[in-house]
Amino acid sequence: MSKIPKETVAIRQTILSWLKRCLDENAITWLTTTADDLMRDPEDWQLFTSFSLTPRHTGKGLPGLTANEIREANRLRKGWDPSAWTADQAGRTFLLLSYAEQGEEEFLDKIEKIFITSDLGEAVALYQALPVYPFPEKFKDRAAEGVRSNITTVFNGIALNNPYPMDYLDEGAWNQVVLKALFVGSPLYKILGVDTRANATLAKILVEYAHERWSAGRSVSPELWRPVGPFIKDEYIADLRRVLDDPDPIQKQAAVLALSASKVSDKEKLLRPYQSTRDEMVQKNITWDVIGRNHEFESH
Amino acid sequence: MKELMFIDPHVHMISRTTDDYMAMRNAGIVAIIEPAFWIGQPRTNAGTMLDYFSWIVGWERFRASQFGIRHYCTIGLNAKEANNEKLADEVMELIPRYAGKEGVVAIGEIGYDDMTKLEDRYFRKQVEFAKKFDMLVLVHTPHRNKKEGTIRSMDVCEDLGIDPSRVIIDHNNEETVKYVHNRGYWTAFTIYPGTKMGNERMVEIVKEYGTERIFIDSAADWGHSDPLGVPKTARLMLDRGISKEDVIKVTYQNALDAYGQSGQFNEEDWLNRPKIDQSQTFSGNTILRGGHRPFTDEELDNAKDEDDLIIK
Repeated sequence: MSKIPKETVAIRQTILSWLKRCLDENAITWLTTTADDLMRDPEDWQLFTSFSLTPRHTGKGLPGLTANEIREANRLRKGWDPSAWTADQAGRTFLLLSYAEQGEEEFLDKIEKIFITSDLGEAVALYQALPVYPFPEKFKDRAAEGVRSNITTVFNGIALNNPYPMDYLDEGAWNQVVLKALFVGSPLYKILGVDTRANATLAKILVEYAHERWSAGRSVSPELWRPVGPFIKDEYIADLRRVLDDPDPIQKQAAVLALSASKVSDKEKLLRPYQSTRDEMVQKNITWDVIGRNHEFESH
Repeated sequence: MKELMFIDPHVHMISRTTDDYMAMRNAGIVAIIEPAFWIGQPRTNAGTMLDYFSWIVGWERFRASQFGIRHYCTIGLNAKEANNEKLADEVMELIPRYAGKEGVVAIGEIGYDDMTKLEDRYFRKQVEFAKKFDMLVLVHTPHRNKKEGTIRSMDVCEDLGIDPSRVIIDHNNEETVKYVHNRGYWTAFTIYPGTKMGNERMVEIVKEYGTERIFIDSAADWGHSDPLGVPKTARLMLDRGISKEDVIKVTYQNALDAYGQSGQFNEEDWLNRPKIDQSQTFSGNTILRGGHRPFTDEELDNAKDEDDLIIK
């Protein structure tokens, strides 16, 4: 009788099926015999060591998931996008989900120990896989800790293309995800739920962050205005005017989208002088995601 | 000098600043190894060692990557702290949790400080561990009573059946080199002002002993030391008539061959490293704080004048 939800078992089998397609027989034998050991009665060191040694067996290639496989992943866990997972990350997740058969208490205890001693690659794999762990509500504090990481790759592992923060973080922790992404230069359009979890508190924090940057003579990402849009208050109008008049077209576009999404009563009047920008945006289908991608490209 | 690449196979970057990283990069250092060691102030519990191990496999590696330098480490309980028995026993439990991690190239630096019974016990245990898991060993030879400590370290390694080709004996000097080199060990020298080797003496050693199995490091740490010990010595060796081929062996190739045996230290790692840029895997820049735009390779290579008064 399995001690974990049947979805977890299905996810585990799916991950193995990808790996079987891209790894040689030796690597698969190592993974499956190790997983069998971890499901039985393993010593702690077997878990710790096999988790660390995984890349030596699997390499770090991309399994190259097909569109169908990505759809299947998304069906098993809504929002889960493993398209950029490397073989070692998939292998590590497969082993952890095998060890999960030990039950909730053991799983939570050991995975926390692995988090604490993780190296760079391990930390990314661990945070990236948060959405597919069983007992996901037990990882809220760990997720918030990951958001505090000063290592950008680790932060991105949890913040970007990951449904866990959207589904489980409370408002305070969520707002830190968005603010910190701007702070370290990570793109907001890759944060799942950036629109649905926008809120008035976050909008206020972001506007103040913009003020701070401007006072220091620094620029602000056009994406900052995305979660602000629906919560624009009269007192933010002067800031939006400033962005509308920014000579950089991407800034102007961001201000147009933000104001268009706002509930400000005279927004049409505000936007009227920028009709040519608006027309062009409609014509070229400039959405927030396009702005995010263009900005990400321009920054490099 | 820019055309030469260097490895500093022994340097404690947790004690160094970003200015050091910048200078090391500009001097041609492409890869560094950070041996686990004491950190000046004695540790009083195993928790601080756990955090330290995590630091050298995590944050410090990330910091180095921001300057285009590949960072590796060794894991071990140092001799000085082996004298705290409770701490030592707890740290021994931690070592297996780190030894198999990526970029861990050896068990080290281990060996003797005062040559006490406890030092001996934990040195042997760690050599046994390395043998069992087919890992290399980095031996720290003591500051005091050096010759005896060095010879005893080699005796222990041989007693426990580990091959000299799998052991790096570090901090050698004129008095120890013949014993270590003759017995087939990797023979490393530390260019460290005032205490270990000076680089003029190093030139003479290379002239006398050649370049087989000999390499140098800086062991730069929290003391008065020089993270450019390797590139500076390379320049001095060239100036004093040692061939470029030999300089490459002592400042790059031999360290690569020694630690390359671990399978965790590969030239491709730095020859094909990602460009320093946010679009790459090691992205973003929290070293510079405040959402500062990250450095690119080009900017690091054309760093501005140190005398510029403007800080943006």
